[in-house]
Amino acid sequence: MKKLFSAGRRDYTISFGIVIIAYLVVQAMIMTGSITSSFKGQLVPICAYIVMAVSLNLTVGVLGELSLGHAGFMSVGAFTGIVVTTTLADIIPIGPLRLAIAMVAGGLGAGLAGVLVGVPVLRLKGDYLAIVTLAFGQIIMNIVNVLYIGKDENGLHFSLLEQKFKLGEGGKMIINGPIGVSGVSKLSTFTAGAVLVLVTLFLILNLMHSRTGRAVMAMRDNAIAAESIGISITRYKLLAFVASAVFAGMAGTLYAMNYSTVTAAKFDFNTSILVLVFVVLGGLGNIWGSMIAAALLTVLPELLRAVNDYRMLLYAVLLIAMMLFNNSKLKQRLLARRQKEVE
Amino acid sequence: MAFLNNLISGISLGSVYAIIALGYTMVYGIAKMLNFAHGDVIMIGAYVSFCATSYMGLSPLLSVLLAAAVCTVLGVLIERLAYKPLREATSLAVLITAIGVSYFLQNAALLLWTANPKSFSSIVGNGSVSLFDGGLIISHVTLATVAACVIIMIALTLFTSKTKMGTAMRAVSEDKGAAQLMGINVNTTISVTFAIGSALAAVAGVLLCSAYPLLVPTTGSMPGIKAFTAAVFGGIGSIPGALLGGLMLGIIEIMSRAYISMQLSDAIVFAVLIVVLIVKPDGLLGSRRNEKV
Repeated sequence: MKKLFSAGRRDYTISFGIVIIAYLVVQAMIMTGSITSSFKGQLVPICAYIVMAVSLNLTVGVLGELSLGHAGFMSVGAFTGIVVTTTLADIIPIGPLRLAIAMVAGGLGAGLAGVLVGVPVLRLKGDYLAIVTLAFGQIIMNIVNVLYIGKDENGLHFSLLEQKFKLGEGGKMIINGPIGVSGVSKLSTFTAGAVLVLVTLFLILNLMHSRTGRAVMAMRDNAIAAESIGISITRYKLLAFVASAVFAGMAGTLYAMNYSTVTAAKFDFNTSILVLVFVVLGGLGNIWGSMIAAALLTVLPELLRAVNDYRMLLYAVLLIAMMLFNNSKLKQRLLARRQKEVE
Repeated sequence: MAFLNNLISGISLGSVYAIIALGYTMVYGIAKMLNFAHGDVIMIGAYVSFCATSYMGLSPLLSVLLAAAVCTVLGVLIERLAYKPLREATSLAVLITAIGVSYFLQNAALLLWTANPKSFSSIVGNGSVSLFDGGLIISHVTLATVAACVIIMIALTLFTSKTKMGTAMRAVSEDKGAAQLMGINVNTTISVTFAIGSALAAVAGVLLCSAYPLLVPTTGSMPGIKAFTAAVFGGIGSIPGALLGGLMLGIIEIMSRAYISMQLSDAIVFAVLIVVLIVKPDGLLGSRRNEKV
């Protein structure tokens, strides 16, 4: 038991080390100017997608339930974060502090949505659970799409479907229905992204190696056996689900603060699927795999720019080929051969 | 009268959903997989029909047959190349592959037909029947859609209950291993299921674009998701369930668009789905499967 624990510790140190080294290398490349501007623009989204993938892995890999609506939580986090930063713009002038507060608020907002979604979802299993998460993702997108929030000297004004309030002198619309948000102060930086990745990594690895994490994994492997030794299925399912939503919310805030305009449609079903692809290609339950897959697959379309028109087609072909290879006899044979060489 | 008119357009849209949902439900029943590429097969079917009528000058009926033939071949090819090697893999691996196929079809369509929307001309013309001195207007497209849905339902029910292949399908969906031991060729059965599902998708695509004539490479995605929802709504794996789910979804969508809110209609559809699943976790007509230790 003690050995297992120390192995976990070493694993942590290596994990953080690699993230920090990767951050420093990229930072050095930015300073020496050996990085294209299109790649530089991808740095914050990469960090956001890494956090998304790691958090979805908590639901899909560790908890073992398929979620097709993860982008919904990202959306809640994004728009909560935007409202908070805009409201606090005059009170807290320091950008990074405001971003941190917005991220916490985004995480809490998404966590609240996670509870609302999680309670009914827990009754269901397998594909039915997947479709309900998909449905919730669509509902969240739809509602944000008709949400109007404005700010003036009297405070915040909300309305649904149409703008039912009048803003006073000097008032400002924050969320403008389907047009979304425009004129966001871009607070997200690569450094902020790297910090969020590190915090997420620290918290999720700790959670996975805690009593709670082991209970969740026991439930994934055999729910009935876990229940019979006194693990409360509802409690731990909800806990893992909500934790996953909280991180997705923080990633959403980070992502939204990187663009000057954000619309609800940005966080649609396709975004949920994209993150799910990262998780599955990286390996279920494998936090490292999720991170690498998220980073590589976000850059991949950029790398395929040389083949321009065909890049998304090629992306699709690569995706199918990777899935087929992952489950092929060829891979098993290669692994067996390597095993033999090691012996 | 307005209510009746809305009800009729709801039934029309619901019939399209039902035809698409049949493809989802049959494939799920037999291969236990969510075929996310199904929505894009609809789009390919609509494009084939569009090209056949506008460039090759074929008659509308022939164009539907051609679209169905192309989609059948496409469906079987997709199954053979992408899904068959994953028969033993986890359901999640198959799901991601299906998503890959969906991306592939969308981007292939984008290259072949560009992103410019094509305006699809209805296969049965734009005429309509008016009843009660014009109080009730039923378009030919609606009539054709509902008729197609009824014919397909009857044909499929007869097929699954009376023919040898239909019996084989039901056997495979019940227990793949046992069916194989009884001498049923599981691979052929799965291929036939994909063939039927894809042919239905082509028909649905043509009917969908006849009613909503804007054709772009992503035309199939949203109806695909909705039809998938309809299949789950009615109880996935059940053919009458797909019909019931599709119709109810179509009616709820049109009614909430007319009486509650245009923009929130999707949210309402999905909210109803969630409520139904919470009350009846296996869908309206789904069979309850008890878990064994």
